[in-house]
Amino acid sequence: MMRRPRGARALSLLIAGMLLAGGAHATEAEHIRASQPWLRVLPGDLPAGAYVTLENTGDQPASLHGASSATYASVMLHKSTTEGGMGRMTSVDNLVIPAHGKAQLSPGGYHLMLMKAAATVKPGDQVKLTLIFGDGSKLDADFLARPANATDVDASADHAH
Amino acid sequence: MKLRRANRIVWLLAMILGCLLLAGCNREESVPWRLTNVTGHMPDLDFSLVDDHGKPVSGQDYRGKVVVLYFGYTHCPDVCPLTLAQLHVVMQRLGPLADGARILFVSVDPARDTPEVMHAYVNAFDPRAVGLSGAPREIEALSKRYRSAFTREPDKGDGQYEVSHSSAIYVFDRDGKARLLATPGNPQDDLVHDLHLLLSPGASS
Repeated sequence: MMRRPRGARALSLLIAGMLLAGGAHATEAEHIRASQPWLRVLPGDLPAGAYVTLENTGDQPASLHGASSATYASVMLHKSTTEGGMGRMTSVDNLVIPAHGKAQLSPGGYHLMLMKAAATVKPGDQVKLTLIFGDGSKLDADFLARPANATDVDASADHAH
Repeated sequence: MKLRRANRIVWLLAMILGCLLLAGCNREESVPWRLTNVTGHMPDLDFSLVDDHGKPVSGQDYRGKVVVLYFGYTHCPDVCPLTLAQLHVVMQRLGPLADGARILFVSVDPARDTPEVMHAYVNAFDPRAVGLSGAPREIEALSKRYRSAFTREPDKGDGQYEVSHSSAIYVFDRDGKARLLATPGNPQDDLVHDLHLLLSPGASS
């Protein structure tokens, strides 16, 4: 008589475990929310910087590996630093987005460097970028093209509209 | 009695000297710069470069304007546009006073930054920005003059390369005297505050 409830508990634990395992199989992209995506348009064929805030709603850390785009032939994940008064850019393989945390791509820090535009991008355009995560999963986001002299402050103003 | 009078004169002279010294100190403190004051520590604005109209220019051509000098290059997608966008906001916040100032954006990548490229670039940021390019050795001379530095990084295989460069912003007064040094760490308010002081009528120059 005492065994039955225990058996039922074991079964429910097993089911719960299977559900958890199923959850772990969800892709990184499924847990990422991209907000305020924008890019800075520069004249001619100059490389542009793209920025976005990534929020991870999952229980596992995720990582941004890079991005691709039909508009730009080359997209690279970079980080700017100004250590010792020298401005530098370095390539980044993975940007970690902690579980239930955020990672920010913003001017002067992490950014996507967009090169070799297939067509002229003008302020006001929406440019689709496909974000690629550590497990290979993908997330599309429309980046708003903003003028060269746009600043962060304006981005939040755009958002408020 | 004579000795006493002599003593009194010495005291008086000492007091006058003391007052003068104090006045001197007070005058220094009466200009409350927020950026790093480099007055007297760096040479006057001088160079021989080409502006974004293709015209040869020298430091003398900008006498009468407060100059904000920044080194960078147009293929820099993040930090240079950020700095220039911030300088544009600073100019906007200065209102009509900003007409008395010029942003000089000096290219550390003259191979790619022709006057045409520079013209389109600086005008995308601010109408009071001037793009300067020129012979590599002239750019190097200007950079060395202000203890700035830049290094061309190796090619990435497709002809694309980056240039690491000093991120300092130099401010010169209307007489071409080096006055202030700003870094990206300085709040925008500090630049507005100090440029306002330099640009205001009757500003100490």
